[in-house]
Amino acid sequence: MLEHAWIIPLLPAASFFLILLFGKRLPRGGSEIGIAAVGLAFVLALVTNAQWFDHVGDAEHEAPAGEEHAAAVVGAGATGAEGESAAVAQDGEPAGEEPAAEEGGGGEAAEEEHATVEPITREWTWFQSGGVEIKAGMLLDGPAVMMLFVVTLVSLLVHVYSTDYVAGDRRYTHFFAFLSLFTASMLGLVMASNTLELLCLWELVGVCSFVLIGHWWEEKPNSDAALKAFLTNRVGDIGLIVGVIVLFFAAGGTFDILEINTRAVAGDIPSTALLVAACALVAAVMSKSGQFILHTWLPDAMAGPTPVSALIHAATMVVAGIFMVGRLYAVFFEGFDIGSSSVSVLAVVGGVTVLGGAGLAFVQDDIKKVLAYSTVSQLGYMVMALGVGAWTAAFFHLFTHAFFKAGLFLGSGSVSHAVHSFDMKKDMGGLRKWMPHTFWTFMFCTGALIGLVPLAGFWSKDEILAGASQLGDGYTVFLVVGLLGAVMTAAYMTRVIWYTFFGEFRGHGHPHESGPRIVVPLYILTALAVVAGFANIPAALATDGVELRFEHYYEPVGAYFPSALPTFAHPEFDLGIALLATVLGVLSIGAVYAWYWRGLGPHGLTQRSRLARGGYTVLVEKYYFDHLYTDVIAGGIKGPVARGAYWFNQNVIDGLVNGTGRLATLVGRLVYQYVDQDVVDGAVLGSAWATGSTGQAFRRLTTGKVQQYGALLFGAAAVFAGALILFV
Amino acid sequence: MLNQFLLLGAVLFCIGVYGVLAKRSAVMVLMSVELILNAVNINLLAFGALRGDVAGAVFALFVIAVAAAEVGVGLAIVLVIYRNRQSVDLNDVDLMKG
Repeated sequence: MLEHAWIIPLLPAASFFLILLFGKRLPRGGSEIGIAAVGLAFVLALVTNAQWFDHVGDAEHEAPAGEEHAAAVVGAGATGAEGESAAVAQDGEPAGEEPAAEEGGGGEAAEEEHATVEPITREWTWFQSGGVEIKAGMLLDGPAVMMLFVVTLVSLLVHVYSTDYVAGDRRYTHFFAFLSLFTASMLGLVMASNTLELLCLWELVGVCSFVLIGHWWEEKPNSDAALKAFLTNRVGDIGLIVGVIVLFFAAGGTFDILEINTRAVAGDIPSTALLVAACALVAAVMSKSGQFILHTWLPDAMAGPTPVSALIHAATMVVAGIFMVGRLYAVFFEGFDIGSSSVSVLAVVGGVTVLGGAGLAFVQDDIKKVLAYSTVSQLGYMVMALGVGAWTAAFFHLFTHAFFKAGLFLGSGSVSHAVHSFDMKKDMGGLRKWMPHTFWTFMFCTGALIGLVPLAGFWSKDEILAGASQLGDGYTVFLVVGLLGAVMTAAYMTRVIWYTFFGEFRGHGHPHESGPRIVVPLYILTALAVVAGFANIPAALATDGVELRFEHYYEPVGAYFPSALPTFAHPEFDLGIALLATVLGVLSIGAVYAWYWRGLGPHGLTQRSRLARGGYTVLVEKYYFDHLYTDVIAGGIKGPVARGAYWFNQNVIDGLVNGTGRLATLVGRLVYQYVDQDVVDGAVLGSAWATGSTGQAFRRLTTGKVQQYGALLFGAAAVFAGALILFV
Repeated sequence: MLNQFLLLGAVLFCIGVYGVLAKRSAVMVLMSVELILNAVNINLLAFGALRGDVAGAVFALFVIAVAAAEVGVGLAIVLVIYRNRQSVDLNDVDLMKG
């Protein structure tokens, strides 16, 4: 199956075309094709995962010699956890690594320490241009396999959920067709083997999000939101294109991801080129993964149907940026010099986003917008983790976040399905009595998001915090940012719980629990949100063979990943940080509980204090980013530039066109008058006249009288005879 | 001796030419053509006799045969013209006038 994993994205792709062609005629409007295709893809993804685990295991058993050698180089017993496998034995690496690195060619020595897990690749020639052979293919390694599982699972659940949620919609078939295409493009993206293929599928993901966000395009705000998402993404896509081009030339004319990464790790690419490429790619991440300052499209994307929001936020769209960084991690690692003391752009972007997104989540009344800003903030965590070198932490958080955020979105969809509104303050409240299933799943997913022990978010967030603390120096600020973000997350999610599920019901009618097609996906996601954290349980808390499974199976091991470098480190579990984060989170929940449930604290502060009101307004206006973009930038360009263009059009271009026209008319008239009438016509008529008059002249000779001809004959004969006599 | 023959031939030729150019009747024109041909015959015989060569007489015989055929064709044409127009006046036969 590993060799044939490329079939997985083709299934939903085929389903897209089948639904478009035949969906309308089927009894369930094409949804059955989509579910079957994605379901099959999910089964295949499971098989792929199982075989990948075997593959990793085989790679370790085949490399005992390397392990011994590495042990000899590093020094006996340098690492305790090394016992079973070499691939896991990355703990405590920095300490043991130093002598080996000094001995010569640090990269080489580090490579020998790991059993390499070969990624599975298959390639086909796509096209040839200028002697460069462009290939399309599949690159299957740890992160790709992990993403296959996440994307197919969330997509399958979203498909099932949608059959109830958008039932009776005017574009039901169309909706499922694009869900399929969305899934297919994301599955293709995670397995893309070269940057050009990645770019194409990246754009395809963007197109699908545009179509699905604008699903109800009859209403202006929805189509505006779709356009905003698409155009904002275009801004970042320029960065991706520039980055891909820079990498192509820097890596010696190749789009191949493995080769680019290998060369970056080996130090064959000049670091300036890597820095430029990485900066360009950060722009792409900012737009796609909703990082400040290009995050503004993400909350507006809530205009789409809720299952689409769940898909965008959990599995397909926004994690594409994170995945791209992880895929080209060697470029970022070397380009930004992650692991050294200089603070990387990636970490700064992520850190700003963690706090910025969480701040905005406080003032939203729309339940989905709170979750959207929460996603922005959580994506910030991931980018920050990548920025501080904690690759595994970032991907682990992506993994767990996919489950609980999909669960939260689908839960909010279930709520809004019942009250026909997204407004928490006006139309919700007290729903825990009416919707027990939704309530309990939502509670657990919220717990996972806040990071309560032992739910999924606790483990992954803690790993990020540990990663932020490991580097010290300037990076310590990111530990603070992470803790602060955790506090804010706990607070705004508790606020959501209060407005939605507690207090008095403020809406109309009688809300009712949703049907099984909505509730069952919620339970599945909640179960995963509870247990997913144990996939990467720290070594300090578990026995051998259970600990750090996620890292063991999904983190790439090989010359194309910076784990081969001496500066690459894995954060150690830190009980202090974990405890601190948990205590802070619980305190924050307690404070919000006191505020809403008990009515304690200075309520009405925004009315009394001008400072508080100012802060509140800034948050409501979303830090004025939308004003900056639409009024200042777009408006500034629109006014003068448009006027200038109009003037240019009227005076220069029109003048040019009119002048050319007038000149052409004049030339035409002259040509008619002199050339056509006089020269051409003269020649024709003159030759006709000459022929006619010659004919007239000769006509007189032909009288028709035989005797005249005879006279001429004899006369001529006499003349010739005379001439003969005279001259001969 | 030769001069008389040549003079006779020249006179006959001139009468023939005059007939061909001046007579209005097609039959008379045909007869004048015969005169011209016979003038030529006299010349041929005269020179043949002078040189003692029989070729002149042979040529004259050929000319007589050809003249007979020519008169046959010519009279047939005249006959057809007469049938169509009840006249053989050459001044009326000018269909080819340009």
